[in-house]
Amino acid sequence: MPDQPLILQDAAAHTFQVHRSTLADPAILEREQRRIFDVCWIYLGHASEIRAPGDFRTRTICGRPILFCRDGRGAIRAFLNTCRHRGAIVCREPEGNAKGYQCFYHGWSYDRDGNLDGVPGQDSYGTSFKKSEHGLKEVPRLASYRDFVFLSFDPAAPALDEYLAGAKEYIDLVVDQSPSGEMEVVQGVQAYDIRANWKLLVENSFDDYHLLTTHSTWLDYLKNAGVQMRRPDRGHLLPAHGIGRDLGNGHACVDNVNFRGRPVARWIPIYGEDAKAEIDAIRAELVARLGEERAARVADTNRNLVVFPNLVLNDGSSVTIRTFHPVAPDRMHVRAWALGPKEESASARARRLDSFLTFYGPGGFATPDDVEALEMVQAGLGAYREVPWSILSRGMNKPGEQLNTDELHLRAFWLQWDKLMRTPGHGE
Amino acid sequence: MVSDARRAAQVTRAEVEDLLYREAALLDEWRLDEWLGLLTADACYRVPSNDRPDAEPADTLFTIADDPSRIRARVARLKDRNAHAEYPPSRTRRMISNVRIVERSEYELGVEANFVVYRFRRDERIREYVGRYRHLLRLEGGRLKIAKREAVIDAMELGSLGSVSFIL
Repeated sequence: MPDQPLILQDAAAHTFQVHRSTLADPAILEREQRRIFDVCWIYLGHASEIRAPGDFRTRTICGRPILFCRDGRGAIRAFLNTCRHRGAIVCREPEGNAKGYQCFYHGWSYDRDGNLDGVPGQDSYGTSFKKSEHGLKEVPRLASYRDFVFLSFDPAAPALDEYLAGAKEYIDLVVDQSPSGEMEVVQGVQAYDIRANWKLLVENSFDDYHLLTTHSTWLDYLKNAGVQMRRPDRGHLLPAHGIGRDLGNGHACVDNVNFRGRPVARWIPIYGEDAKAEIDAIRAELVARLGEERAARVADTNRNLVVFPNLVLNDGSSVTIRTFHPVAPDRMHVRAWALGPKEESASARARRLDSFLTFYGPGGFATPDDVEALEMVQAGLGAYREVPWSILSRGMNKPGEQLNTDELHLRAFWLQWDKLMRTPGHGE
Repeated sequence: MVSDARRAAQVTRAEVEDLLYREAALLDEWRLDEWLGLLTADACYRVPSNDRPDAEPADTLFTIADDPSRIRARVARLKDRNAHAEYPPSRTRRMISNVRIVERSEYELGVEANFVVYRFRRDERIREYVGRYRHLLRLEGGRLKIAKREAVIDAMELGSLGSVSFIL
């Protein structure tokens, strides 16, 4: 763990540099686990993924096995999925509905509310053994905002609402696409590893500077499909105006005028002529429900939001929930889902998913090139001792509005990261 | 198609194997334009998400769900040296076995086969894509073509396989 500063900021010289050991040093990852992942609110899942009492999903979050489920009354719960007896994973299935959960090792069983209700040969434990003291342990904190469910391993974490700060405005813009205010995760998860540090995906998820070069084949694909690609004016690298914003607490976003089409609700030729009428109707519903101004805000802008530290909501050619966890300094595990309005028609849902795949995911026309870029950065970091600093200074030379291709939003993430890394975690 | 003299009933497994082996060779050699010639004009190409191998792309997020125009756009992209994930191109080697004709209609055959695709990229260790093909073949002018190709990966998740940036 280096003692020198990991971020060098010089406002007068317009420079912001991040030490590359932050992306490569195992001691940094160890500290991140204590000071970031054990302290922050971490995305667990979406309420729509478990609907009925007894529905469950098992997930690994910050290295912990988690049972994300609905209890007997239908309330959302999150248990540490480890038997109180000797530690085995209790629920071994990725998803399903359960009347209760039984550890197969010695047969201890728990009800849907996590209570221990069966211990084979309980008489051998004596009278001091109380089943009520050995239920499945719950995560220290669990809360949700508009059906996005988060947990925290820090009992003293601030309220989720307070933690999310300005990110709430952008979550609201996602959820406002649904007439009922309910979004749902579409079945089918994209789960893949990237051989790169997790923070490189944070940066990449809202780094609009890389689009022209990393994604030229995707931009060509749009152009060939008839999408208008003219740039608005000097200073812009992309076909529409966009800005970067710091949303507080390390959350940040890019907020762009849409050019690439939106299922809700902006037609592009790739959707086909047949889709025009339905997209017009979706648009009309937005206007009727939200008014012209808010409807335009929802339908005519694309937003890539990073909720610190490891949740990304990309609301563009589709809505993507993407979360990722480090498994080594140079490796992360990524999971991505598509999110859509609950009441979306079959044709609109199909269009949303098709639109998702043109850009996103391990078989899309863009994500694989992002993966390649991140892996090439990680390979380049092999020289971090000789070439120690990365440059994130774009936009610092001008006051006021920062473009999406500037790096204000990346700096917002890194400054919060740096602040937390200098603050001992609750377990230290 | 009515003029097609040959019927699906006359197609042998050996003939199906010849087509799959020829396809594998073209893909391993990155002769993608020639590979397009093996497909019908309306062909689709799919790789389902690992956790929903039997789903349909209209209501399920897939890894790949290409219609005919996107298959062609995919090939155009892969031939561009700015398709960074495949530049320089991965080396692949496909092993296809257990070929079965599972369904026949007048001009179409449902075909299943097992595959192992080894992928080598840079100096990294081997990546093995193991799974099965579910193809629909169609006789056009007496010639067998691929009308639908679906590659179902057995791994519980893509995990260390990373991307499916080549044609699986």
